[in-house]
Amino acid sequence: MDPLIELLRNNSNQSHKDVALALGLSEAEVAARVAAAEADGTILGYSAVVDRLKAGDRRVTALIEVRITPEPNGGFDRLARRIAKFDQVRDCFLMSGGYDLAVIVEGKDLLDVATFVAEKLSTLGGVLSTATHFQLKPYKQGGFLANGLGDEERLPVAP
Amino acid sequence: MDYDSKISQVIRDLPRSGIRDFFELVIGRSDVISLGVGEPDKPTPWPIRESVIRSLEKGQTSYTSNLGLESLRVAISEYVTKQFRVTYDPKTEILVTVGVSEALDIAFRAVLNPGDEVIYHEPCYVSYSPSIKMAYGVPVVVQTREENEFALMAEDVEKAITPKTKILAMNFPTNPTGGIMPEAELEKIAALAVKHDLIVFTDEIYSELLYDGRQHKSIVEYPGMRERTVLLHGFSKAFAMTGWRLGYACAPAPLREAMMKIHQYCMLCAPIMSQMAGLEALKMGASAYEDMRQSYEQRRNLIVSRLNGMGLHCFNPGGAFYVFPDIRSTGLTSKEFAIQLLEKKSVAVVPGSAFSSAGEGFVRCCYATAPELIAKAMDLMEEFVNEVRGAK
Repeated sequence: MDPLIELLRNNSNQSHKDVALALGLSEAEVAARVAAAEADGTILGYSAVVDRLKAGDRRVTALIEVRITPEPNGGFDRLARRIAKFDQVRDCFLMSGGYDLAVIVEGKDLLDVATFVAEKLSTLGGVLSTATHFQLKPYKQGGFLANGLGDEERLPVAP
Repeated sequence: MDYDSKISQVIRDLPRSGIRDFFELVIGRSDVISLGVGEPDKPTPWPIRESVIRSLEKGQTSYTSNLGLESLRVAISEYVTKQFRVTYDPKTEILVTVGVSEALDIAFRAVLNPGDEVIYHEPCYVSYSPSIKMAYGVPVVVQTREENEFALMAEDVEKAITPKTKILAMNFPTNPTGGIMPEAELEKIAALAVKHDLIVFTDEIYSELLYDGRQHKSIVEYPGMRERTVLLHGFSKAFAMTGWRLGYACAPAPLREAMMKIHQYCMLCAPIMSQMAGLEALKMGASAYEDMRQSYEQRRNLIVSRLNGMGLHCFNPGGAFYVFPDIRSTGLTSKEFAIQLLEKKSVAVVPGSAFSSAGEGFVRCCYATAPELIAKAMDLMEEFVNEVRGAK
């Protein structure tokens, strides 16, 4: 992978200047390459990885296993894209194994998610079944360990 | 009681580590960005920690052979062959130790008679001179210089050799400078060692951490060197295993045997938990550290550019995870620089003078620190340097 993309993937919160120094590029070059990656969709966006309990966020998240009927010409794509477009859907992946789509849905409470599944998702033509699993507690997200699971501090000065 | 008269003269006369002094200034302050550590910023890779939990569950808590677990010695032999292109017999030529520090200590004690001279290079890790003195040897310093990017020059080594010289001790890449050895110079030094029949100790603790596509070359690889070299290596730096205290020595059988005599009486064996961790680390091999090595290289680029940008001349070191900028242009001594930087800007670096008088005029910054913290520390250091220069 492009080292610039790799670096941003691990930490997008560095200034172009620092990224340029780390990779031996000019700041303008970094800015241009980031802009190009944003424009061609290599970089889809940026977000902070948030400990929601700490942020006082009481919304609920569910993983929904969805089985769908593939269509003669588009396979799973058309329906998967349709599902992905709902604002409640955070992630949507085509999966191998016992079901077709893994859909991560966020709602303000249990009822909100249940309503989305019952009224929006299950009723789409081609959706055969859904199985909803609510997340209870995060231990690691986006590569980061949840608060309190982190590692011991180093001594401030050592030989 | 007059305790001074009760304490061994050799020990009484040893200086305290300069790092210890500085540590006491920093400890207890929570607001400090520290570039003062000598270890990776990530803990030991999880598969290594996990394997030790399993081994504890299985009840693997006993002594091992004095030499270390045979399975570990076999793994070390394979790793060393790959890394250094020299093969050692796991049964007769490898000893597992409590860190390279123990290996270095017992190697000096195994080889030196009182009054024998040991040539080593400064600035260097804090334990060389004391370890030599504790083994009743005489430390003979060769200074490495910034103009040579802190590489050891054969010419300087040759000048230091006397009929009493028994050992040449080397450590490249070097703590605290990050200096590495150009192959041409290494070859000349190997020839000197052969010519003067010296034993060479090579401390390879940073040998995996090389940058800009370099391949590590050890002095042991040169003609006539294997029979006279004690190769010291460990898991602390590349595998992020500093606290496990696990190292090893590879040496011709008679030397290994002499070291083993001391080790068996003073240490018995390295802790089995650490040995199990080492076994898993060697199974992982480069996959345990390659991502970190790449990340260190980027951080080195960042910190070297920033230091030069603020007018502190800093050569681009080829290995380890330290930079050693020249702070003489501020008019401060390295200790003044480090203390004032800590007091005024809450950034900790280690004065070069902690690594011998040859380090005066420099400070050691460890870049095994998150890039955003390095960037912040450099902003603060730049403010500090500008303030010091403005006040002059």
